[in-house]
Amino acid sequence: MPISYFLVLSAFLFSLGVYGVLARQNAVLVLLSIELMLNAANINLVAFSAHFAEAGLGGQVFALFVIAVAAAEVGVGLAIVILLFRNRQTVDVDEMSYMKW
Amino acid sequence: MNSVLTFAAEGAEVQGTGPAGTIGELTWLVPLLPILSFFVILFFGKRLPNRGHAVGIAAVAVGLLVSLMGLFELIADKGFVEKSWTWFEFNAGQSLHLEFGMNFDFLTAVMFVVVCTISLLVQIYSTEYMHDDKRYTIFYAMLSLFTGSMLLMVIANNLIQLFVGWELVGICSYFLIGHYWEEKENSSAAIKAVITNRIGDISMMFGIFALFVIGGTFNIPELNHLAHEGHIGGTSLAIAALLMFGGAVSKSAQFPLYVWLPDAMAGPTPVSALIHAATMVVAGIYMVARMFLVFESAGIALAVVAIVAAITMLLAAILALVQDDIKKVLAYSTVSQLAYMMAALGVGAYTAAIFHLFTHAFFKALLFLGAGSVIHGVHSNNMSDMGGLRKYMPHTFKTFIIGSLALAGIFPLAGFFSKDEIIGGALRAATGDHHQIAAWIVLVSGIITAFLTALYMTRACVKTFWGEYRGNGTPHESGGGIVTPLWILAGASVLVGFIGFPVIGPFADWITVPGHEHHGFEALYNIVLPILATVVAVAGIGLGYVFFYKRDWRVDILNSPFAWMYRFAQNKYYLDDFYLNGVVRPVQYPISRGTYWVDRKIIDGLVNGVALGTLATARPTYAVIDQQIVDFAVNGAAGLTGSTGGLLRYIQSGNIQRYAAVLFAAVAIFVALFALT
Repeated sequence: MPISYFLVLSAFLFSLGVYGVLARQNAVLVLLSIELMLNAANINLVAFSAHFAEAGLGGQVFALFVIAVAAAEVGVGLAIVILLFRNRQTVDVDEMSYMKW
Repeated sequence: MNSVLTFAAEGAEVQGTGPAGTIGELTWLVPLLPILSFFVILFFGKRLPNRGHAVGIAAVAVGLLVSLMGLFELIADKGFVEKSWTWFEFNAGQSLHLEFGMNFDFLTAVMFVVVCTISLLVQIYSTEYMHDDKRYTIFYAMLSLFTGSMLLMVIANNLIQLFVGWELVGICSYFLIGHYWEEKENSSAAIKAVITNRIGDISMMFGIFALFVIGGTFNIPELNHLAHEGHIGGTSLAIAALLMFGGAVSKSAQFPLYVWLPDAMAGPTPVSALIHAATMVVAGIYMVARMFLVFESAGIALAVVAIVAAITMLLAAILALVQDDIKKVLAYSTVSQLAYMMAALGVGAYTAAIFHLFTHAFFKALLFLGAGSVIHGVHSNNMSDMGGLRKYMPHTFKTFIIGSLALAGIFPLAGFFSKDEIIGGALRAATGDHHQIAAWIVLVSGIITAFLTALYMTRACVKTFWGEYRGNGTPHESGGGIVTPLWILAGASVLVGFIGFPVIGPFADWITVPGHEHHGFEALYNIVLPILATVVAVAGIGLGYVFFYKRDWRVDILNSPFAWMYRFAQNKYYLDDFYLNGVVRPVQYPISRGTYWVDRKIIDGLVNGVALGTLATARPTYAVIDQQIVDFAVNGAAGLTGSTGGLLRYIQSGNIQRYAAVLFAAVAIFVALFALT
């Protein structure tokens, strides 16, 4: 299969993620969108790793790392969201602009 | 240390003569160590566990070791070193080439041994004597600086360096005389010493310039050589030599500038022993000895030296008879003995002069330190507060008697040998073919002085150690730190004379006039003279015993027609009054009035003018530059910052998604840029 298929899929997923991050009001959905972008990157890594197989398995190993880091990130992110909800009774990101002047 | 090494390494004109030994090459260490020790004590002394004295003692002890090794190397017939390094050069019209250098020969070595030995013993002595002094550390720093400067002067091979050392010892003397400056009298004594010395120093400075103009060099061996070979001479050389002698007159306390030395006794007693008896005051003798061939070739100069010295020795010996302060007795005795050395040089008895310098240093230091021990025990300088101390202070008593006998010239103590050589030298010159009149004067006054010396030392000993104790409290013997140096010096006073034993003593082989055939002591030796001198000295002691112990000579003479003579002597020949009323006041008052006028009219005018000018400039400066320009710049900068911040804060919305949008937009822009390029 030509590598462009994978790259197009990846680009689509990434754009979807960007849209989600920028447009969604719900913080949980924003986190989910970030996961979409990370996985789009993972698809790229695995695809290139398979395509340039003679260069070793670095890309796939990297993908595993990204999955592990993503899990940690989701853990921290969800904890923040829960704390925010406890303090503010909302998970709407538009309501959370306290760090402005 | 390093500077000398680097100069040598740079090879900036090193000139050496004679067979050089290894120690002789290293003798520049001897002056350097005490000077380094001065800086160490000055900066770190108070933090050192023993308040700095260990550094000073160690430096001079190493110096003594090196000097002794150098001396032995010279005796083994090598090690004579003369070399110099360029200090700086001028090439304006006539080129002026200044050097610093070293000249290590027997004269240097003997002086080194004297200075280092006395300095070492005095520093050990001072650990106890000065123990409770509040300026103990600075005292040791000054002792170190003094020792270093004296050695620097001694090792000098050129007149400029000699003059530097000469002035440095003068300034150390000033500091140490004024050590107890809280009392006005002491600080006045220090100022008197400096000013009196300054008169001679100016004379000497002109002497140095004159010698440079005549001989074209500051190098002492070269000048001696030029004078000896007759390349320079005549009236100009005589004037130059007499100007140089002017320096020696003040530094070595000769008539009429000896007045500072008795007052210098205001300093601590160890200082009197080191500086005002054994070392600094012989600087003048040393200088004349070092320049001996110049003086010898300078016509009348040596005769003037001899006559001035002959007058001095008599006047000072008489003054020593009427003093009550024990240190002043010794001070006038020092003046008298310095005149002895000077007179020996004046009659050409070069070896005898240096030998007397050598022996005198030991027994005069001993006497001063003994006097210090007495003062320490009695808490008074005056002999009228002493008496009967031989029972209370047995060690001080014994060593003081040894010192007195050595000074009086009793066989076989040190003074006997050296004094005889001088009288012998005077006799030889009196029967010679130059300046016989001066030599006769020296001979006669020398014998009279020998008598007077025995007389005043007997008086001092009787008043201090015999009779009943007249002071307050109970005197006590001093501790080991004081008594040990006394005994060492007493041993030296007994033994060092034998180095110059007539005919067989080696001293005459060491110290000879350069460029002359070997005189030695044989030529001077005459069996009649020692007998005559001993008779005179014993007569002095006997008469002193009768006058001062059996009866009170002072009462007798005050009731006699000679009372005016006693008063005349007790008032120091009115010489001080003459200087004060005849010289100082007439000069001082017009000068101070003139200075006051200059101060009021010119200096004050200048100061006020400057102040008004400053004020006139300051007003427009404030109004225009400060208020208008500087404030505008400052306010403008602040306003600009504020308005920029006000604009930029709108970007800071706090909305995370807007930030994220900016971030993605930036990424997209960069990607586009990379893709396009």
